[in-house]
Amino acid sequence: MDELQDHTPKAEGKAVVQSVSGLHARPSLALVKLAKRFQSKIEVSFDQAGPWTDAKSIVKLMRLKVPKDATLYVRAEGPDAHDAVRAVLGLIEGQASSDG
Amino acid sequence: MANVGIVVVSHSPDVARGTADMVRQMVGEEVKVAWCGGDPGGGLGTNVEAILRAIEEAWSERGVAILVDLGGAETNSEMAVEMLPEMRRSKVVICNAPLVEGAVVAAAEASAGSSLEQVRQAAEELCRS
Repeated sequence: MDELQDHTPKAEGKAVVQSVSGLHARPSLALVKLAKRFQSKIEVSFDQAGPWTDAKSIVKLMRLKVPKDATLYVRAEGPDAHDAVRAVLGLIEGQASSDG
Repeated sequence: MANVGIVVVSHSPDVARGTADMVRQMVGEEVKVAWCGGDPGGGLGTNVEAILRAIEEAWSERGVAILVDLGGAETNSEMAVEMLPEMRRSKVVICNAPLVEGAVVAAAEASAGSSLEQVRQAAEELCRS
């Protein structure tokens, strides 16, 4: 492993999807737009062991077809990794009234 | 600077209008979307003048991404791009992506403030599994 990577901030967490229709089109877009505000690489997965999906890709995220009540793992790597994970988890858990 | 704009070109005005409706449902007013479809006689077809008008309507300094359906929609779109002033020509791309899904995904990407190349890549990513 590259030694430099050891100094890169990393963060992870998990949240239960609250959006009534899961992460369909518009909730996915909300997540992508949020993720793109951060410099860090941000990924999501149904399983802590992966496979991981790029949270900044609308196509990849919609393809996951994340249902409501799914547990989504979030991990980030980069200078703002902690803020990124906190923000993404907040969005996933806070989308109770979203449609799409 | 305003987000990349989206142009929908279909042989059918109904398909083009419906696709533009889906785009607006997804991104609201954050992204300019224009559509054209049908020939001047009311039949199915595409024409260069209408495509040029749609490009003008959706114009953004960040650029414009065009989504097309079949054959003539693409060749007429290419002709329309060639007829643009030189300054604008490099800011218009025709995406190699399915019309409806491509338009929605391109607009979604554009709404995040992405560059024209990022918008094109997002739409074209649909064709890769």
